[in-house]
Amino acid sequence: MADRRQTKSKYTADRNIPGAFDGETVTRRRFMTLTANGAGIVAASAFLLPVVGFALGPQFELHNMHWQDVGVPGDFTKDTYVPKVITIVDGIGEAGKSTAYVRRFDPQLDSQNALPPPYNQFIAVSTRCAHLGCPVHYVEAAERFICPCHGGVYDFRGAVVGGPPVRPLDRFYTRVKDGLVQVGPRYSVNSEFRVFSPRDPGEPLDGIGQYLYPSRPSVRKLPGT
Amino acid sequence: MPKMPKPPVPAALKSPPRRPGETEGQPKTTKEHAAAAGIAVVDWVDERTSLSGPTRWLLFRKVPKGTNWFYTLGSATLFAFLSQAVTGVFLAMWYDPSPTHAYESVRYITNDAFLGEFVRGMHKWGSSVMVILIFLHMGRTFFFGAYKYPRELNWIIGVVLLILTMLMSFTGYLLPFDQRSYWASIVGININGTGPLVGPYLSDFLRAGPEFGATTLSRFYAIHMLLVPGLIIAMIGAHLYLVTKLGTTAPPWLKAEESEELREELV
Repeated sequence: MADRRQTKSKYTADRNIPGAFDGETVTRRRFMTLTANGAGIVAASAFLLPVVGFALGPQFELHNMHWQDVGVPGDFTKDTYVPKVITIVDGIGEAGKSTAYVRRFDPQLDSQNALPPPYNQFIAVSTRCAHLGCPVHYVEAAERFICPCHGGVYDFRGAVVGGPPVRPLDRFYTRVKDGLVQVGPRYSVNSEFRVFSPRDPGEPLDGIGQYLYPSRPSVRKLPGT
Repeated sequence: MPKMPKPPVPAALKSPPRRPGETEGQPKTTKEHAAAAGIAVVDWVDERTSLSGPTRWLLFRKVPKGTNWFYTLGSATLFAFLSQAVTGVFLAMWYDPSPTHAYESVRYITNDAFLGEFVRGMHKWGSSVMVILIFLHMGRTFFFGAYKYPRELNWIIGVVLLILTMLMSFTGYLLPFDQRSYWASIVGININGTGPLVGPYLSDFLRAGPEFGATTLSRFYAIHMLLVPGLIIAMIGAHLYLVTKLGTTAPPWLKAEESEELREELV
């Protein structure tokens, strides 16, 4: 049997299709099918693409945490922490609040990968556990941060000394403005206290961790740090 | 009068045959009139939809010998889902998914609304019942070998339904917005975030941002009461279609009966 494709002409008129025009290569039935399907795809995209963008939009919006006053420099020493309630998200009541532990910068303890001025006068440690985000509390007698959920333990600087956390406790930028200590946006640190854009809990930053858990466009570390 | 074809009901339920000399046709008593009216309505719909065939196909099926109580676990799961859907719809009449009002509205449902504690309890405990029933149903299917050819696709659809139910449990847990549900959701979202490469973006999507924010709760609520239930209903439809089309399996301890003719041919 001869190959039928070889004998087939690309012109519909040569294939004895009734009503074929001279020089026509796409049958009107095929053209109609493609047009109807194409119109359907356009119509569906007209509502699907906007809602997908609507749902994903917040991921690309920068979450701006504004600077908040937490006291005068005399309130803080370098030997212990003072808990301060700060607002992470405005307008949602208690759910938007968190606690930061604030102390004075200690050149002996904190010189490793220290932030440049003006962020190097105070240390504000986030209470969000680096394991899965439960609230840690500072135990004065042991000089440890303890997480109630899964037993994470951090030392005075916030470095992991026990339990499942994968990196030290996050920190907030601090500065002194108009004679008041201010707490600003969050940043994450690895075990050498190198500064990274904020990561979610459970995401290590040592080794290839920073590439496995890339930073997001919604939260960035401050430029120059 | 047009008559629907008789369903295959047991002999005891069939109407007796006409006696000689008795004429069929005009209803006489009130009861017969009422029955004729009902049949006329059903006939009217059936004439225009031809639904009696598919309905009979769905409801009057041959089941294998040995079918037992374990085969009711799927229906039990279905009714657990229906219970969740109905109680959920009515809870939504009182619930307010805003971070500042959610807890108060749940407190109102539980303490003040008439039967509120009961309906909320049905929804709360029913969710656990549904998950337990799903696993029992899955275990029955597995141990009876009912997932084998040609029913593999129905197993896959069932696993999708299991995942969707887990998603319902996860998103529903946040809604009471008390300390337990808030911190459990924080932990759950962060567990999602530990997936390499996509994790950070997934947890951002769940929270609608990098922090637990103003729209996280309403996002969970919309997923819980609109998105996932719609998917579950569609998947249950596909699941039931395949059950009806393929039939149920006999328990594994029953051997297939060989017909005499077939035995002769084999020998």
